[in-house]
Amino acid sequence: MKLTLKVWRQKNNTAQGHFENYQVEADEHMSFLEMLDVLNQELIEKKEDPVAFEHDCREGICGACSMVINGRPHGSQAGTTTCQLHMRAFKTGDTITIEPFRANAFPVIKDLAVDRSSFDAIIQAGGYISVNTGQAPDGNAIPIEKDLASEAFDAATCIGCGACVAACPNGSAMLFTSAKINHLGKMPQGQVEHGRRVKNMVRVMDKEGFGKCSNVGACEVDCPKEISTDNIAALNRYYLGQVFGGQD
Amino acid sequence: MKLEANVPEGELAEKWKKYRGSMNLVAPNNKRRLDVIVVGTGLAGAAAAATLGELGYNVKCFTFHDSPRRAHSIAAQGGINAAKNYQNDGDSIYRLFYDTIKGGDYRSREANVYRLAECSTEIIDQAVAQGVPFAREYGGLLANRSFGGVQVSRTFYARGQTGQQLLLGAYSALSRQIAKGQVKMYNRHEMLDLVKVDGKARGIITRNLLTGKLDRHAAHSVVLATGGYGNVFYLSTNAMGSNVSAAWRSVKEGALFANPCYTQIHPTCIPVSGEYQSKLTLMSESLRNDGRVWVPKTVEDAQAIQRGEKRAEDLPEEDRDYYLERRYPAFGNLVPRDVASRAAKVASDEGKGVVKTGLGVYLDFAAAIERYGKSEAFAAGIHNPSSEKIRELGEAVVKSKYGNLFQMYEKITGENPYKTAMKIYPAVHYTMGGLWVDYNLQTNVPGLFALGEANFSDHGANRLGASALMQGLADGYFVIPYTIGTFLANEIRTPKISNDSPEFHDAEQRVKNRLDQLLAIGGNQSVESFHRRLGKIMWDYCGMSRNAEGLKKGRELIRALRKEFYEDVYIPGSADEFNPELEKAARVADFLELGELFAVDALDRGESCGGHFREESTENGEAKRNDAEYTYVSAWEWDDNNPVLHKEELTFENVELKTRSYK
Repeated sequence: MKLTLKVWRQKNNTAQGHFENYQVEADEHMSFLEMLDVLNQELIEKKEDPVAFEHDCREGICGACSMVINGRPHGSQAGTTTCQLHMRAFKTGDTITIEPFRANAFPVIKDLAVDRSSFDAIIQAGGYISVNTGQAPDGNAIPIEKDLASEAFDAATCIGCGACVAACPNGSAMLFTSAKINHLGKMPQGQVEHGRRVKNMVRVMDKEGFGKCSNVGACEVDCPKEISTDNIAALNRYYLGQVFGGQD
Repeated sequence: MKLEANVPEGELAEKWKKYRGSMNLVAPNNKRRLDVIVVGTGLAGAAAAATLGELGYNVKCFTFHDSPRRAHSIAAQGGINAAKNYQNDGDSIYRLFYDTIKGGDYRSREANVYRLAECSTEIIDQAVAQGVPFAREYGGLLANRSFGGVQVSRTFYARGQTGQQLLLGAYSALSRQIAKGQVKMYNRHEMLDLVKVDGKARGIITRNLLTGKLDRHAAHSVVLATGGYGNVFYLSTNAMGSNVSAAWRSVKEGALFANPCYTQIHPTCIPVSGEYQSKLTLMSESLRNDGRVWVPKTVEDAQAIQRGEKRAEDLPEEDRDYYLERRYPAFGNLVPRDVASRAAKVASDEGKGVVKTGLGVYLDFAAAIERYGKSEAFAAGIHNPSSEKIRELGEAVVKSKYGNLFQMYEKITGENPYKTAMKIYPAVHYTMGGLWVDYNLQTNVPGLFALGEANFSDHGANRLGASALMQGLADGYFVIPYTIGTFLANEIRTPKISNDSPEFHDAEQRVKNRLDQLLAIGGNQSVESFHRRLGKIMWDYCGMSRNAEGLKKGRELIRALRKEFYEDVYIPGSADEFNPELEKAARVADFLELGELFAVDALDRGESCGGHFREESTENGEAKRNDAEYTYVSAWEWDDNNPVLHKEELTFENVELKTRSYK
């Protein structure tokens, strides 16, 4: 299949970016990133600068791949990361626009690669349970209701890719933050420091330059792990409880 | 060089307990004055950095990723073993130890493996306390499943994403220490050399991947948790960035590399679809609980399938060869990974492969769907159900068990595995070999430790399913925090290590020269093209089936390729900027040397054991181990022309060496 790629090229964080057009010949069984590999090999053979993009596991779990494809983070296929998107989702003659995730808190490094360390900062503010190695009681000491564990798991599947932020017109990280808070807070072992966690993670989220949530819902639609905005609703409730009531 | 394994005296079951209780400790006031470098943030690295931080050491932790959470441990699917015996089915620490020794084909160190089994139970407790959402029963207690052909149910899991959940647990513990200032985290910093001062590991040289700046980091001790080297094959289930460089740079500084030829080739991966393929995707071993593996009985049928003229469902039962069930009636489709992989290769080599390239076999769920469907219909009181109803009910059961895997398969291949048989083929998945370490996980370089997949010690010649997560976390949470004290207890009077010594300057210069050399080649071929060619040589000559002639030829080809690389590779850009091609070039350069050592090691080991299958060493078509000559660990000292072999003889005092049979 013959494709035209309209790719965002930006030399570094301070340089002016622009779109560049490329023609590429792809196979329908290729993954989207393998199609970009083909483009990069051609650029290298011509001794031109290859397109920088982040990727690692290429099986949809590490969260490294990012990029906005035809206006949608990770493309328009539901529940799919860029690395799992395959070219059979496109047809010959298509023009595909490829841009970096765009958000205040994710500065562009080069081309399609952005800096997402603001996510680490949010986790460091409280995305953990304070237990040192060796302090744990037996794993079966506290029974946890199966459905509750399953709900915690659903929130815990977040891969930290940042698609929620890129999808949000406000550049908000509420889906990311609330998913971690619900993963830990739903289980008894995470309840103990729940209140502190809510306040601290929200404070750092704001400090890192993420926007406010205005309930648009685009984050849930573009989340490759289909994490629900119910998490955001729950976080809003906890947060108000913490700020005005001193509890959730 | 005499290799001292430093295994403590005493009964097997008492060794670790006694040792832990009597070893030298470092007092809290001294821990504060000691610096430790941890490289890598997968299960082993993140667990070690977090725990050493909790203990009070000053930890500097490094990853080439943009965040510690991206390490490839995250991709492990199936589960983690632990001898909890929650199922009351006869499991015990001894049984886990025995299964692991036997599974590794009697090529691992008894005392290390026993300690691993002991630590396994504490890992589950720790992970639960961190909030890892393991699968649970309706009563609220932890669920288990069976895995990898053992006879007990000891695998804990979090759907098909156990590695992700455990890594996020370790990452959260690490994040907590980073927030406290106890661990200083360096993201996007790649270790490019090891620095030794007076023979001891005292630091590393890193490259800031965003700016290209080289930095000298000094510490009292260096811990490597940098993963395996499966990407020497180019195509593997490893992440694109997984590499051997930190370990290999240490080898260049005198560390020994053990058993490089022990590679695990996982039987159930999605087959290669074309020349452009960049990586392979694993389908969890758990699928073999219900899927039946087969190929057509005749080459004619296989060719028709390869041409797309026939499909799996067109072949009647009598024209199919369920070769695992035929060859291994006792274990059937659940034989260990090495056996299943070789059998798939044999079938494909006979011309009976079922994909366009000829390299693929079926993993068929039709029988399971029918079996589950009938049972569900019976349970629901439906008499004489239609075949459509049976299918519908059966597919629902299969979906509840393997839904996410089936969905992943469909995304990648575009085929619906509920309707037509999956196609699978073996792929490189894990490397049992790694840096040689003693019982303390210390390499032969004092002060340099290696954890997780980066060391060689626990899995022998073949790793059992759900044991990699166990080992990474055991090493990181429960072993290194103690054993590093055996080295550091003697360093409490050593002042802060300066990074301004001649050794550090020399090492930095070495790195700079090497990067400049690579950039100066200015040839015409991309790094990727060399990596692909190396992978092809490795697969063809050092892959699932090896022989002396092929290994010699492979070594020659790798050497020729290395020469060509240094004459004709082209790397765009410069060293002082964000330059992923330069990063890759340095890694591929190291793979070109490791690949050669791999072939040398495989040639030396004239027996078949575990993942290492030598065509010269077989009996009735099955692998034949040779205990009289090869019951040793091969620890290699690198030399460009003649790598030097140091042997650590393995002694088995608690288990009897037997032939593994699955017939």
